[in-house]
Amino acid sequence: MTERRLFSPLGWTLFAIIVVLGLTMPLLHVWVPEGHTLHVSAYMLTLVGKILCYAAVALAMDLVWGYAGILSLGHGLFFALGGYAFGMYLMREIGREGQYQSDLPDFMVFLDWKELPWYWVGTEHFLWALFLVVAVPGIVAFVFGWFAFRSRIKGVYFSIITQALTFAAMLLFFRNDTGFGGNNGFTDFKRILGFPIAAPETRAVLFALTVVYVAGILVFCRWLTQSKFGRVLAAIRDAESRTMFVGYDPLPYKLGVWTLSAVLCGIAGALYVPQVGIINPSEMSPANSIEIAIWAAIGGRGTLIGPLIGAGVVNGAKSWFTVSFPDLWLYVLGALFVVATLYLPRGIVGLVRRRG
Amino acid sequence: MSDYEYGNRCIPHPYALVGTQADSASDASYGRVVVPGEVDVTHGAILYLESVTVSFDGFKALNDLNLSVDDGELRCIIGPNGAGKTTMMDVITGKTRPDAGTVYFGQTIDLTRLNEVAIAHAGIGRKFQKPTVFENLSVFENLELALKMDKRAWKSLFAKLNGEQRDRIDEVLATIKLSEAAHGPAGRLSHGQKQWLEIGMLLAQSPRVLLLDEPVAGMTDQETAETAELFLSLKGKHTLIVVEHDMDFINTIAHTVTVLHEGHVLAEGDMATVQNDPKVIEVYLGR
Repeated sequence: MTERRLFSPLGWTLFAIIVVLGLTMPLLHVWVPEGHTLHVSAYMLTLVGKILCYAAVALAMDLVWGYAGILSLGHGLFFALGGYAFGMYLMREIGREGQYQSDLPDFMVFLDWKELPWYWVGTEHFLWALFLVVAVPGIVAFVFGWFAFRSRIKGVYFSIITQALTFAAMLLFFRNDTGFGGNNGFTDFKRILGFPIAAPETRAVLFALTVVYVAGILVFCRWLTQSKFGRVLAAIRDAESRTMFVGYDPLPYKLGVWTLSAVLCGIAGALYVPQVGIINPSEMSPANSIEIAIWAAIGGRGTLIGPLIGAGVVNGAKSWFTVSFPDLWLYVLGALFVVATLYLPRGIVGLVRRRG
Repeated sequence: MSDYEYGNRCIPHPYALVGTQADSASDASYGRVVVPGEVDVTHGAILYLESVTVSFDGFKALNDLNLSVDDGELRCIIGPNGAGKTTMMDVITGKTRPDAGTVYFGQTIDLTRLNEVAIAHAGIGRKFQKPTVFENLSVFENLELALKMDKRAWKSLFAKLNGEQRDRIDEVLATIKLSEAAHGPAGRLSHGQKQWLEIGMLLAQSPRVLLLDEPVAGMTDQETAETAELFLSLKGKHTLIVVEHDMDFINTIAHTVTVLHEGHVLAEGDMATVQNDPKVIEVYLGR
């Protein structure tokens, strides 16, 4: 009983099938000619790739909300920070092919800046950018979490502060002087590691990497939540002061899972930006972060797989509605959330488990 | 990251002379080397509270409280509502900081300087008034978390129970009569069983001192009798401090009873002495 398995044999089988299907999509995009029934269009590949990035964020959200009881309404910030960190590299890769044919990114030329600000130094190196993708969201989350958890801020107060944090960051990034392209953010990327960014092969590789990433963190999070660490998290979630009297200091546990969650979001953001081709401060809007919580709630929190499904279902519905009935989408989202809260406390996964 | 040192605890220090001179009380603390984290009970007492005062917005929940509990004793604390019983436990376990006074665990450990976690590691376990178990975890897992072991986050990632630890959990399960329910969720237990599980979690922690806040509340007579038996069997191996309202239960287990009233000790002694104390009678029967 205590020797818990990561997944049941059926679970592993489904997992393998889904991963293989996921990896087939980019192959169909590259190798099957356009017009063929099996061809996966660039639009489709980008859409699914984008949703996979969101799914990773939902998974990271579930780690803190479902397992540690920490509801973050600022996870969009960590996603955006990872995206911006990688976006800096992509901006530098443009080289002199921008509008102004300058070594500086276009928006800096437009602002009449003569040299790169200090925090842009080194961003032309891919590995440094990768480091930033992990370090920036990680450090921001660590410092914020350190103060919040040490002061024993929890519950709705914590949620409100995270919401304020992402809002403040959005305002900061909207400013042109901050040095991240103001409200336009970063776009018009040309290359990644020298490969043209919009080429089918590049898209295919990015997509495949996203599939592997989501699959990898699913297994990792499953392992983490099945470990004793995960059980201590559940104990802290359900009865924090009891956990302390048993001899566990909640701070390193909460801070650890919080920082990890932020880093997972940051990497998802870095995978998102080259596929979607743009990052701007609207990713940090409070509404975006609330939506992340809705994905997790609808899918079923505390299940890991649920938030992945939730992110897929909600975003799938969103891309259909915003094309067919753009005015209705927010009502539908609100209704989904209300229905999930009232009738599906364990989300879609809970519904399936009850029937099954 | 934490301000206590796990590794130091319970390892006999080569220079420690604890125990060798204990029989001569006058110079018991002379010539001994203080071992960090080791509970020094050479004077016989394991817990001292001296002139402890706690006030909440001017209301003195504890008012110049003095209390000393001997190592291995089973002490019962009684008193009307608001006498400060739970506040006293909060002070001992680090949940509440006293405004004045000192709280010592053994001769050397000043509890007012430690936080809840460090106090738990030093060897003081607590059962709450309202039974608090981890409802979403199984009974076995509740005990697993309580079990005395390295409780730092990094170690928990790769922690696996060894045979000895499993045996210890099984032993506790048998003691608290929950072997059958071991793998079901703790949330499904009856009220009395939750009380027992919480007591079991204390046992798994192997603390020197057990603080038990109303341990038999909501138990059947049968369960109460079994609990009394359990406590009596623990006496000597552990120090037990029991807060209860159930006088029959107190009668069964008590050797020394302390009566608290308005935040300080009103009377102390065996049950008969306390019951016949005119001050106690006045407090309990009204004036």
